[in-house]
Amino acid sequence: MATIDLPVIHAKAADAFTKNDARAHWHDQALWFIRVKRDRLVHALPEWETLRERASAIKQHMISRLADYLEQFEREATRHGAIVHWAADAAEHNQIMLGILQRHQVKRVAKSKSMLTEECHLNPFLERHGIEVVDTDLGEWIVQLRGETPSHIVLPAIHIKKEEVGELFHEKLGTRAGATDPNYLAGAARDRLRDVFLDCQAGITGVNFAIAETGGFVVCTNEGNADLGASLPKVHIACMGLEKLIPRAADLGVFLRLLGRSATGQPITAYSSHFHGPMPGGELHIILVDNGRSQILGSEDYRRSLHCIRCGACMNTCPVYRRSGGHSYGATVPGPIGSILNPARDPGKYSTLPYACSLCASCTDVCPVKINLHEQLLTWRRDIAARGYLSWSKRVAMKWGSYVLNRPKLYAMAGRVGRTTLRWLPRFLVYGPWNAWGKQRDLPPPPKRSFRDEFRRRKTR
Amino acid sequence: MSSKAEILSRIRRHTLEPSPLPALDGEWIAFADRQAQFTQVVTGVGGQVRVRDPRQSLSELLLALPCMENAAQVVCTLPDVRLGNASLDDFPTPQSLAAVDVAILPGEFAVAENGAVWVTDRGLRHRAIYFITQHLVLVVPRGEIIDQMHQAYDRLRFDRPGYGLFISGPSKTADIEQSLVIGAHGPRSLTVVLE
Repeated sequence: MATIDLPVIHAKAADAFTKNDARAHWHDQALWFIRVKRDRLVHALPEWETLRERASAIKQHMISRLADYLEQFEREATRHGAIVHWAADAAEHNQIMLGILQRHQVKRVAKSKSMLTEECHLNPFLERHGIEVVDTDLGEWIVQLRGETPSHIVLPAIHIKKEEVGELFHEKLGTRAGATDPNYLAGAARDRLRDVFLDCQAGITGVNFAIAETGGFVVCTNEGNADLGASLPKVHIACMGLEKLIPRAADLGVFLRLLGRSATGQPITAYSSHFHGPMPGGELHIILVDNGRSQILGSEDYRRSLHCIRCGACMNTCPVYRRSGGHSYGATVPGPIGSILNPARDPGKYSTLPYACSLCASCTDVCPVKINLHEQLLTWRRDIAARGYLSWSKRVAMKWGSYVLNRPKLYAMAGRVGRTTLRWLPRFLVYGPWNAWGKQRDLPPPPKRSFRDEFRRRKTR
Repeated sequence: MSSKAEILSRIRRHTLEPSPLPALDGEWIAFADRQAQFTQVVTGVGGQVRVRDPRQSLSELLLALPCMENAAQVVCTLPDVRLGNASLDDFPTPQSLAAVDVAILPGEFAVAENGAVWVTDRGLRHRAIYFITQHLVLVVPRGEIIDQMHQAYDRLRFDRPGYGLFISGPSKTADIEQSLVIGAHGPRSLTVVLE
């Protein structure tokens, strides 16, 4: 694919979103509501911190022996009758998928939520080869019908209002004009997607956890769409990143207790399905995808980002994500975890993402597998600078900053100049386009005296 | 080199410090009244719980469920209950289940902490029945309610091909402005009968 990958400038990309202040607030509140629901459940569980520690230790162990566990998984899955494929990158994943679908003469495939297939841009690839892909998670279907990508990994349509869903469904499904009742709209989607489930030749699902010991895997949904797609047609293809592995089935006791509570504030998702081998008379394919993961594994600083179970809690709590929207990250996985994973894959393209962060560390606090997200984001800033990806304006500002801060007299003078000129400079000169900080807020009124003057005065008093 | 060999060698190139696999025992939550806890959670996630009164037969209870009213096609796989007008084996394909209104199936055990019921495809011709039916009824022995998920995995074995899942409440979505809608793609209602 010859697409030109332009760098993502997060602040610029967020402009369109923040322009509509009321809507940005609405988005912020919608996500905060989920964070509050999560807190309520987490606080009701006395062993929450123990669970987080176990989960982190299990993942750390798994990563330290990943190759062995992958081989064990393949062996056990094959023993149950599944067919395991290995894909080094997104292109190979898509080719394998196409091969399976073509072998079965699949015209239409029902897909349930899989961020991995988004990461690999599977939909446009299959469509170019004449295969219709229907995203069956309601939120993902809405964004698919709008020609968009998900803005959140768990809540793909969190940025869309019900009025817009109503218009979209009126146009595409012929629902009543002006309808906004979520029950009515979801009902219309149910009817239409039932026809898809009943008339598709294969189902694609993601994987939440794959078990090395048993060769099985678990898929979690609330809608039941993954299970319909994996039990009506005869062919089921499950795609997973290498890091989805866990050593033992019993580890699920830890992870399933963490996932639903962290993701949406539910004690568990409505369906947690355990697949071991194909259904009788059917075919089960599992595609293991690397696509840059083994490279992250080699990095001491970022290795722990592979612990991620894609619950989305870091997004729901992030003050920047909530106010800038998922699309401003220009990547499949947005938010704090995305700002670590995406630069690891392409630092040139995603160099601004580690700066879309106030280092408040709320993400680290809520992460169910204890990824030190804010520390990794800070480390990324150092790496971005060291690799020469820092923007010109930041580079110059840093140079000047360090020049002034290294010279106490110059610093004192600059302070004096600032304190006096800021008082009489006209507003347009202070809040010009060069002052990104002052875009949505005012500088505090300049004090009469500097801290050092004040300190000296009090000491002599 | 095959992709498998390439991926494995990419991983093995980095020798990581061994890190121990933790044990899974712990002071996990336990409930004084598991049945009450289970009922509360199931109700909270949009399902219903019915407990059979010893003076009542299971068939009587099932027939009186609201979802049985006007149900044209009922599938029941409980061994001792003569109910329903279709056997799962009468359906040649899973697609032919599309008209089923109510499915009554056994659940192996229930989990108090999250309102989940464990079910499998053992002896079931079509596992799609759990999702394609309009209403789902799971019958679970009253003595089979455990505290939490760790106990669940203590009793589960996956040494043979098969399919099993935890079901907690009816199918649902909140993808339109976070408004909860019951009955997304799967069953519009879930009733757990404690027998």
